[in-house]
Amino acid sequence: MSSSVLDHRLDPRIAIPLLVLLAALPLGLDAVGESFYIGVASRILIFALAATSLNLILGFGGMVSFGHAAFVGMGAYTVGILMQGGVVSAWVAWPAAFVVGGLFAFVIGLVSLRTQGVYFIMITLAFAQMLFYLMASLKTWGGDDGLSLASRSRVGLGLDLGSDTQFFYVVLAVGSLVFFFIARLLNARFGHVLQGIRENETRMAALGFAVFRYKLIAFTLAGAIAGLAGALLANQGNFVSPALMQWSQSGMLMVMVILGGVGYLYGGLVGAAVFLLLEEVLVGYTIHWQFGLGAVLLAVVLLAPNGLLSLLRRRGAV
Amino acid sequence: MTGILVLEQLLNGLQFGLMLFLLAAGLTLVFGIMDMINLAHGSLYMVGAYLIASIAAASGSFWLGLAGGVAATAVIGVLLELTVLRRLYERDHLSQVLGTFAILLMANEGVRMIWGSQPVPMAMPAALSGPVELLPGFSYPAYRLFIIGVGLAVALLLYLLVTRTRVGMQVRAGASNREMAQAMGTNVRLLFTALFAIGAALCAVAGGMLGPLLAVQVGMGESILILAFVVIVIGGIGSIRGALLGALLVGAVDTAGRTLVPLLFGQLLGPAAAATAGPAVASILIYVLMAAVLFWKPRGLFPSHG
Repeated sequence: MSSSVLDHRLDPRIAIPLLVLLAALPLGLDAVGESFYIGVASRILIFALAATSLNLILGFGGMVSFGHAAFVGMGAYTVGILMQGGVVSAWVAWPAAFVVGGLFAFVIGLVSLRTQGVYFIMITLAFAQMLFYLMASLKTWGGDDGLSLASRSRVGLGLDLGSDTQFFYVVLAVGSLVFFFIARLLNARFGHVLQGIRENETRMAALGFAVFRYKLIAFTLAGAIAGLAGALLANQGNFVSPALMQWSQSGMLMVMVILGGVGYLYGGLVGAAVFLLLEEVLVGYTIHWQFGLGAVLLAVVLLAPNGLLSLLRRRGAV
Repeated sequence: MTGILVLEQLLNGLQFGLMLFLLAAGLTLVFGIMDMINLAHGSLYMVGAYLIASIAAASGSFWLGLAGGVAATAVIGVLLELTVLRRLYERDHLSQVLGTFAILLMANEGVRMIWGSQPVPMAMPAALSGPVELLPGFSYPAYRLFIIGVGLAVALLLYLLVTRTRVGMQVRAGASNREMAQAMGTNVRLLFTALFAIGAALCAVAGGMLGPLLAVQVGMGESILILAFVVIVIGGIGSIRGALLGALLVGAVDTAGRTLVPLLFGQLLGPAAAATAGPAVASILIYVLMAAVLFWKPRGLFPSHG
């Protein structure tokens, strides 16, 4: 159906079965007595959301941000700090995390987007490190030790997020909505311009597009979505700490995107799922699971240069 | 706030800056010539420190440990280049990030398998463990002076190698235009393997020298790797001179920030504010420096590419 390489339509033949499968997952896990994995599944969906937001700027906008975990962290802290102040409603905390993530991304993007290439990678890293050290030294909000949350946020509507299953469905709902929105955006004029900028910035500028503005909007939006993912992450673990914002976390999000497929709609989702499941499996076998994880990543980079989804594309499946 | 305190901080900054330079030098040449992002560079620093600590403990001699560990790390660097990194040169930055991140994970875990999770103690040579009186009433640890000496000597050697020798000329040619250098008959591949051996050896020297001051532990390579990246971005990618000046600048700002900022805040805002904001500001100072440099000079202070 798609005629242009700029189109990344949400093919219903993939999206709908996937959604049905995810919706049925908790029931299946309960049935086989492995309810523990419902939490794992929530975690994967949250990281998929964060990785997809990074893919929006990295894969479709060509902006290699090495500080994306900072926005996740600021979103998580927004929930933690609000909860410390007695605000438990998700309807307040989650939008607030979205806005906070976006605000930080806007300001950081304003400065960082002046630079290019490796310098952009490094300046985004620098800003993320600043936020990391800032949160690590603010004793009011736990400093190094982090903040424990008394409970998960409340959404009302007869839902209890304290239940892992109900929390999973809320995460699935939020994640699907955002994913759908990103897919729409990428196929709209905005997304096509963004991909045009990735291919040739000078030409897009010459055609009269306000390149800087497009990049800044995409960067801000990605930061905001990362902030929302951070809010969900804070709720999932009932804990917020600077470790969420460490540079290795940004590296991990980047690895998820590269692993899944840079510039593939499902790249972030596939990458997060493969990465975290691999971690889960390897942890069961050995305390030195990171060695195995490294070996698998190395194999992927040497054998599937454009990510796992590129293997499928070669066979015409995606 | 005395002159002595300032002098001491300057020396500490110089010492740290020189060690950063040893890491940044290898990293920036790899970056400049092969356009390759190597996140595993810090792993060589870690592996070097562990090897030196182990050989020193086994032989009872710091010097034997240093010599053996540096040589062994150079060999490991060459092996790494020949087996994996070589395959990543022609690939984009993202593949390089993923590939070297994988090596970093494996290196950390490999070290943990061999040496365990606990930090490995490392003693400084007995002859250098005392203080030296530099000025009347001002003594400074001999070992730190020794680091400064070694750092200066290595920096000078490297500078001479790069600016005064034929190999150095080829390195510089490769850094400013690899295709052209290749066309003019430079064997960039071979040159690069050699360069990688030198880079790894420099990492090990830094790791071995800093080992007795900082802890030799898993993950020690990461924090210093970030600092080394900050250094070369401030200095301008591919430039040895930029790396040296960037390293000294970062060393000085970081050291000064840690002592002077809390002092300054204490006097201006009172002890309570100093205790909260002091450490925060001190640790972000170099990142503020880097952001400011890139804001005014988006290609660093001494860009080597046209």
